Amino acid sequence: MQHLTNRAKPVDRKPMTALEKLYLWNIAKGMWITLKHIFKRKATINFPEQRREFSPVFRGLQVLNRDAEGRENCTACGLCAVACPAEAITMEAAERQPGEEHLYREEKYAAKYEINMLRCIFCGLCEEACPKDAVYLSETFAPSNYQRKGFIYGKEDLLIPHPKLEPEAYQQALGTRAKRQEKASSN
Amino acid sequence: MITLLAIDWLFILEKLILIVSIISISLVIAMYETYAERKVAAVMQDRRGPNRAGPFGILQPLADGLKLFMKEEIIPNTSNRFLFVLGPCMAMLTAMMTSAVIPWGGKIHFTLFGADRWVSLQIADINIGILYIFGVVSMGVYGIMIGGWASNNKFSLMAAMRGASQVISYELPMGLSLIALLMLTGSLKMSSIVGGQIDSWYNVLYQPLGFFIFLVCAFAECNRTPFDLPEAENELNFGYHQEYSSMKLGFYLFAEYINMFISSAVMVSLFWGGYDIPFIKDANLAEQIGYNWLAALQGLSMFIKIAIFIFAFMWVRWTIPRFRYDQLMNLGWKTLIPLSLFNMIITALVVLLREYGWRF
Amino acid sequence: MNVSDILFYFLSALAIGSAILVVISRSPIYSVLWLIVTFFAISGHYIMMNAQFLGIVNLIVYAGAIMVLFLFVIMLINLNTDAKPQKGKWLRLAGTVAGGCLLLVLVAALKNTEVKGMGVQVGTGDIGLINQLGKALFTEYVVPFEISSILFLSAMVGAVVIGKK
Repeated sequence: MQHLTNRAKPVDRKPMTALEKLYLWNIAKGMWITLKHIFKRKATINFPEQRREFSPVFRGLQVLNRDAEGRENCTACGLCAVACPAEAITMEAAERQPGEEHLYREEKYAAKYEINMLRCIFCGLCEEACPKDAVYLSETFAPSNYQRKGFIYGKEDLLIPHPKLEPEAYQQALGTRAKRQEKASSN
Repeated sequence: MITLLAIDWLFILEKLILIVSIISISLVIAMYETYAERKVAAVMQDRRGPNRAGPFGILQPLADGLKLFMKEEIIPNTSNRFLFVLGPCMAMLTAMMTSAVIPWGGKIHFTLFGADRWVSLQIADINIGILYIFGVVSMGVYGIMIGGWASNNKFSLMAAMRGASQVISYELPMGLSLIALLMLTGSLKMSSIVGGQIDSWYNVLYQPLGFFIFLVCAFAECNRTPFDLPEAENELNFGYHQEYSSMKLGFYLFAEYINMFISSAVMVSLFWGGYDIPFIKDANLAEQIGYNWLAALQGLSMFIKIAIFIFAFMWVRWTIPRFRYDQLMNLGWKTLIPLSLFNMIITALVVLLREYGWRF
Repeated sequence: MNVSDILFYFLSALAIGSAILVVISRSPIYSVLWLIVTFFAISGHYIMMNAQFLGIVNLIVYAGAIMVLFLFVIMLINLNTDAKPQKGKWLRLAGTVAGGCLLLVLVAALKNTEVKGMGVQVGTGDIGLINQLGKALFTEYVVPFEISSILFLSAMVGAVVIGKK
């Protein structure tokens, strides 16, 4: 048989010799291995205090984006809902009234925008489909919940914080996205 | 017997204090053994272990104990109620009783009502100390068997059978390895066995094979990995204490840890010099710092030795997989018993030759 | 009446009472457990007579090993249902007569023994200590001792032979 790697070893089924039946040598070897592991670096971290960095291609919870003045990007065109293979996205469109120009960037906006996180497979197709850069996948994951309806995220859960009113929260929610995009475009 | 029961109230008070303190010490140690077990397991698997309750998680055992107390107490409907409760009590009782004959340190000296009193840190120095330990350990089987049977559950019963036959099988090589040791010490008294090692070579140097056999058997008697077949989680659903809940389960688990502590103490006393402080002449030290401080230091040295053994127990547990049942029995009957017989004969030969001045 | 007398009567009452309970218990498991209590009481007697070695060996061998094997057998063949009551009354009568005869023989045999009327010699004598016992077994009684060990060996070999079939 062709081996995939050169580390493969055939299984040895020879009966044990009397010395092996005492198991001593193998036990000593095993004990030495575990002893070495005491002094090794810990693989785990103290989770709530320390967090691991996400990989650059990580796709987490969706975020509804705003532009620099804090207006919602989404125009409720429905392309994300069409692109979604899990059919997790629903939305209802509404027309922007006069006087709401500081809230919505264009004449049409999403009055209701829901993503069912139980259906979502975090594939990122919604982000790719969006022509307005209105939805993208962030670096957080959905926290646990006691009820199914807690996993249907509405607009209030998804919208990014206002960049003018809460700049710190906005920067935090933005995360390393800008950097990543730069890297992606330069590649 | 009469002298023991003649009314010497001070004597009784001393012994009572000693008993209470030793029992509470072994309980506290058993508590922290559970913590140490989890920590050792963690560092050997590159994890961190419990570190939330208190600094470094040292309050974790208290939290665990509280959890066990708060759990619902379930007694299965079909089981035998009395025996069901008796099982964990037996396990706990036999685990605690062994500590009576182990010498924990030298003598303490104090003056009370103008009279000098010397108190040795040993509850009872009976002249069959080792056999007493054996007797109590062999009683430990009943905790397992009664509990397993009274649960009225096939898995519990099978696990209890396994546990009992394992303990009986491994008592034999244990006893045989001890016989070789007793040929050297010439006494069954714990205090004189330890006393013979103070300021001289430890018995382990004369009896390395005997010590090794004793160690293996101690693992088996404590039902620890690699011999933890009675509680094989994946084959027998948690073994003989499967039907137990709340503090009755806690008693079984606790008894295991106390057994571990006591068997470490027995091994230290028999083979590693007991409370002797290594590399130092204890008698010289006593002249410098007084007998009470010496006794404290001796106790400390004993507990450090015990801690090393307990660590070894845990180290082995997190290294070696469980034996199969036939391997276990083969190891006990076909390897350890012949080995210990061989050890016994060699020792007897050497002792005899030494007695006749190395002439045939 | 001093402390050792009280202990003696307590242990005797315990031994006899639990021995009776062995016989009249319905469940065989309880019988075995009461038998263990009996062994404990008898070991207490040994220790009172300064025979600590015998006392503790009695515990190790009988209570620690043999009774465990009994429990094994009883638990494995599942005798936890209560024993059925005896059927014929003639059988019961015969049993009573046989038991009564045995009692009579025992009483008659013990009636004229020397120890009758003497109190137990508490805390004296050293034949039960390990040194004396070892010397007695390996010098004076070495032949019966070795013969009995050969008997045990042959019993063991026999068990293995039967088991191999």
